[in-house]
Amino acid sequence: MLEVENLTVHYFTSVGIVRAVEDVSFSVGRREWFTFVGESGSGKSTVAQALIGLVPPPGKVVGGKIVLNGRNLLEMSEKELRSIRGKEISMVFQDPMTSLDPLRKIGDQMVEAMTEHGIDEEEAREKAVRLLESVNIPADRMDYYPHQLSGGQRQRISIAIATALEPCLLIADEPTTALDVIVQEAIMELLNELKEKGTSITFVTHDVSLAFERSDRIAVMYAGRIVEMGDADELVRNAMHPYLKALLESVPDVCSDKEVKAIPGNPPDLRNPPKGCRFHPRCPFATDICRTQEPELREVENNHFVACHGVV
Amino acid sequence: MPEMLEVRNLKTYFPVRVGILDSLRGKKYFVKAVDGISFSIDRGEIFGLIGESGCGKTTAGRSVLRLVEPTGGEVIFDGVDVLKLGKEELRRIRRRMQIIFQDPYASLSPRMKIGEAIAHPLIIHGIADRREAREIALRMLKRVGLTPEEEYYDRYPNQLSGGQRQRVAIARAMALKPDFVVADEAVSMIDVSMRASILELLEEFRRDYRLSMLFITHDIAVARLIADRTAVMYLGKIVELGKTRRLIDNPIHPYTKALVNAAPSITRRERREKVKLRGEVPNAVNPPKGCRLSNRCPFATDICRTKEPELREVESGHFVACHLA
Amino acid sequence: MLSSIILKPVKAIFGNRPGRGFLIAGTIIVLAVVIMAIFAPFIAPYNPTAISSDTFSPPCWKHIMGTNRLGQDVFSRIVWGSRIILYVVLVATAFSMVLGIPVGLVSGYYGGKLDRVLSTVMDSIYAFPALILAIVIAVVLGPSPMNAAVAIAFVYVPTYFRMIRGQTLSLKGQLFVEAAKAIGARDREIMLKYILPNLIPTILVVFSLSVADAILTEAGLSFLGLSVTPPTPDWGYDLRVGQAFFLDGYWWLVFFPGLMIMLLAMAFALIGEALSERTSTSAR
Repeated sequence: MLEVENLTVHYFTSVGIVRAVEDVSFSVGRREWFTFVGESGSGKSTVAQALIGLVPPPGKVVGGKIVLNGRNLLEMSEKELRSIRGKEISMVFQDPMTSLDPLRKIGDQMVEAMTEHGIDEEEAREKAVRLLESVNIPADRMDYYPHQLSGGQRQRISIAIATALEPCLLIADEPTTALDVIVQEAIMELLNELKEKGTSITFVTHDVSLAFERSDRIAVMYAGRIVEMGDADELVRNAMHPYLKALLESVPDVCSDKEVKAIPGNPPDLRNPPKGCRFHPRCPFATDICRTQEPELREVENNHFVACHGVV
Repeated sequence: MPEMLEVRNLKTYFPVRVGILDSLRGKKYFVKAVDGISFSIDRGEIFGLIGESGCGKTTAGRSVLRLVEPTGGEVIFDGVDVLKLGKEELRRIRRRMQIIFQDPYASLSPRMKIGEAIAHPLIIHGIADRREAREIALRMLKRVGLTPEEEYYDRYPNQLSGGQRQRVAIARAMALKPDFVVADEAVSMIDVSMRASILELLEEFRRDYRLSMLFITHDIAVARLIADRTAVMYLGKIVELGKTRRLIDNPIHPYTKALVNAAPSITRRERREKVKLRGEVPNAVNPPKGCRLSNRCPFATDICRTKEPELREVESGHFVACHLA
Repeated sequence: MLSSIILKPVKAIFGNRPGRGFLIAGTIIVLAVVIMAIFAPFIAPYNPTAISSDTFSPPCWKHIMGTNRLGQDVFSRIVWGSRIILYVVLVATAFSMVLGIPVGLVSGYYGGKLDRVLSTVMDSIYAFPALILAIVIAVVLGPSPMNAAVAIAFVYVPTYFRMIRGQTLSLKGQLFVEAAKAIGARDREIMLKYILPNLIPTILVVFSLSVADAILTEAGLSFLGLSVTPPTPDWGYDLRVGQAFFLDGYWWLVFFPGLMIMLLAMAFALIGEALSERTSTSAR
């Protein structure tokens, strides 16, 4: 349904070109939960922003294709994009206030999101009530202003708005990072219900546990590139890239007594990324080829992609 | 093990601004951020304090160090009640009681070299003169992995990453060789790949200094990894307290159950026992009568809505505040 | 403030985003005046107080800015006059900084009753128009450059006080101040080592802007004869003497001192604007 090929995004800052996303290819199928996981600066949020055409300046998509239902979004005019946003592809942000107007009642905002796309007012109002109920918020909250609601409720409402027109793809960029675990769990449950109803989810998170718990497939990003991609279960059982292996070992788990191991070193400066494999300065297995040649993302097993010279 | 720190019935209330009408009527409202908590920490022990935002865990940590003034209770540190100390005595005891804050971007002065930030406390307490303090600061920089230390000494915080700044904050606290440290969400703002190394560092200092630590976190997995014993807070009260693994693997209080259930995990893709709480955390100005969880708890009975449960020892060393336990 | 009157048209030309250009232009002008003051004996072609028979000469090769009614060379008087204006303004600003900064720091840091009393006093001084207050003080003290400096200093203390107090209040709530308390720092150490260094950008901005204002105030005082005594060269004084002959067509007596006053005030204002733009962006 969504096919992304060789997506490349650069930020043209006053201190140099930041290569935020380089050569990223992936696809998301119908009714699939696809997750990007990575640290800050790995480019995961930039990918999400690029999908919906909202890379903030000085960032720019400098190459690649984003094909949604057969049409390349990067070749569309701003007007065409606007007609697609909300209808076919929609986004939920870390801070729900990004998409909510603090000065207007939430009911009005929900209705407007629908009337803008040509649904008549009365129908939109009815639908808004149903949507609120579907995200577990009583219908009388239609007359509330965003500040009268808790962070979790606001996030539910922004999800309700984002899914009002039943888009086939919902992008969720760290939607629970500002929330407490119990509320986070409820939001994740809500997203899962949407998935069950047929929406594809593209989820972005820095939280490794959260990523692996719910996703069908996962792409692990490091310094602007996908280093490993495949089914969530497969990646946990059979991680191949040294970064993912180290990452899984570094995360404490509520359910197990495993030891955690720190990853040495720091993530690279993207203005001047290391030559060759970007992880090589921190990789215990790095050889000469890793220092000179950038590894390609290859399918090493059925549906399991890795970008590492050390994996055969 | 002897007790390093004992907290008895600690209370910290913050006044809430009220409207003109209420203030004329002489009404006063308080947020009972911490409302009568008791626990003790042994020498060399890491004591976890977990809960959601607004439960009072951060206020509890700051109250223990009197960075906010508690409303009542006792904080006995090595036999001395910290809450009764005068200004100068309190200043002097701070050498032995330190804190590491959550936000390493805000806890260091942007215009002080990081080496000086580490050396300054030593000079303040008269432990070292300028030259010795520099020596110690250099050693601490090396110890926390910021090498070459001579070069790092002269850097300013904005030249460092979040993880590196947190190392500086740890070095600053540890340079004084304290007996007790509050670590307030010390790894929450650090990138995933750096977290483990910060935790390892804290663990090393605990071992080498026989340090006692109050480890405040919202991340249950982190608490499970590092804390010997843990207390769970909800709306200013401790609802459950016990050995960390016992508490997380087999929670008794419905709130702890909900919290542990909600924590994401790589290895557990199926939930064992679903405890769903209704709604969200209520306002701390006016908490529910009886048990504070009673309006959200699926198991609540009449007694829960009228009588506040005491923290009782249900098995050796394991305390729960629930009528149904 | 007075300097904003000058800055407005400049901003209109450059747009509302002063930056590097402002800083460089301002610094060049200020440096030029400072060099002029230091090397006055070498730069000025004539003795600024020497009287000659060549009166009211318009600008020519011999006297590039002309001569006045006593035949004194206007250019030489401008060069020497820079010493007086810089002296008065810098002494005045130093005074107001020495008073305003510590008082603002203490007031903001401790808060409470002391803060309320100090703020009220400072606000009541601030409420007076600067020039009129300076005139009153200078009249009471009698005309001399030192007294003019004291008068100006008094007027600008509240400017420093208010800015420093406000900044201290916001810095006091920062986590690194709490961290300083937690390591056991005394109040004095917190103010000097943790808060004051973070005030430096603010101080620089207030310094440049208040100097710009003080230049105009000084010129105003000496225009009214409340600073130097004749025949000492001084821009404001020369401006006053010159304006009596302006209608007779001797425009250069007014034009050049006036231009210098405006240029110097504008230069400091430009620096101040550029710095405040920079500190506000770096804070973001």
